[in-house]
Amino acid sequence: MAVTALIGRKAGMTSVFDEAGAMLGVTVLAIEPNRVLGRRTAERDGYDAVVLQCGERRESRVSRPQKAEADKAGLPAAGELVREVRCSGDTDVDLGAAVGVADVFEDGQWVDVVGTSRGHGFQGVRKRHHFSYGPASHGSKNYKEPGSTGHSTYPGRVFKGKRMAGRHGGKRRTVRNLRIVKVDAENGRILVAGPVPGCDTSFIVIRHAVAKLMPKGE
Amino acid sequence: MRKMSDVETPYLRAEPLVFEVGDTVDVGVIITETVEKRGKLEEKERVQTFTGVVIARGGAGINESFTVRRIVAGEGVERVFPAHSPKIAAVKIKRKARVRRAKLYYLRERSGKSARLRERIVASAKKSKKR
Repeated sequence: MAVTALIGRKAGMTSVFDEAGAMLGVTVLAIEPNRVLGRRTAERDGYDAVVLQCGERRESRVSRPQKAEADKAGLPAAGELVREVRCSGDTDVDLGAAVGVADVFEDGQWVDVVGTSRGHGFQGVRKRHHFSYGPASHGSKNYKEPGSTGHSTYPGRVFKGKRMAGRHGGKRRTVRNLRIVKVDAENGRILVAGPVPGCDTSFIVIRHAVAKLMPKGE
Repeated sequence: MRKMSDVETPYLRAEPLVFEVGDTVDVGVIITETVEKRGKLEEKERVQTFTGVVIARGGAGINESFTVRRIVAGEGVERVFPAHSPKIAAVKIKRKARVRRAKLYYLRERSGKSARLRERIVASAKKSKKR
């Protein structure tokens, strides 16, 4: 088994034409070559994972534990981005090995992309939870109010999880089942159909879709 | 680190489509149709022509598009084509016209004689392409 996920950055969105000639909105993911910084094993750590890194970071900025791990892997220093990705126990990678996009992904494959959504700050209930608008006329002053949040004596309180105004966005979000339009190994790029959380240049993890079989693997 | 600049390039048309707003053009659209051949259904590609006046061009790069307007059975029909679509086989200029604006949306409110454009006679088809 090889690694089933990579880390990189969102480069931006554009359009391309598919084989049928239809226009397709795609997100370009820039994946610099990932290197294996370390391993986590079920015996030692309780779970199986590969620690991937990409990019560069000044040595003075690297924490000592990460520096030790980098030494063990024979890498100069831990990279700009470091992330553990889960894998099966029989994953066969060497410490310090480079993992390219073509080693992990292929055209037409289904993937999940994990990223941090754009932060919107403190937002009302309409933007945050898609509540509807109050009546605009007949003397109504209820335009963007949340309305009633509960009942009376029973239960006498507001239920937990009641959707209200608050911080919107800026959270880890996973978009599942996106199709890879093209794997561009030469430039370290993956074109994925549809949008991906976060702004351009934001950090993302791309992995094999967990809920969908590869079309080829049937 | 926007590594985006050359993503679109392979999808762009090698030869740009040459025409202007106001031109009456034949747009060759590749369509797929299912035809019955000896009792069998077969998918067949052919070129269908959409003839009309180019009333707008817009966008840049791969998102470049143009709008062609024509009158079908008394009803105005507009089609917006992505300029780099592989489904567009060719755009042939039939007639050029003298127009004074980039978007000819005013044609929508007009019909019959008032919807005509003044023809511009160009020396040769070749010369007009160079411009």
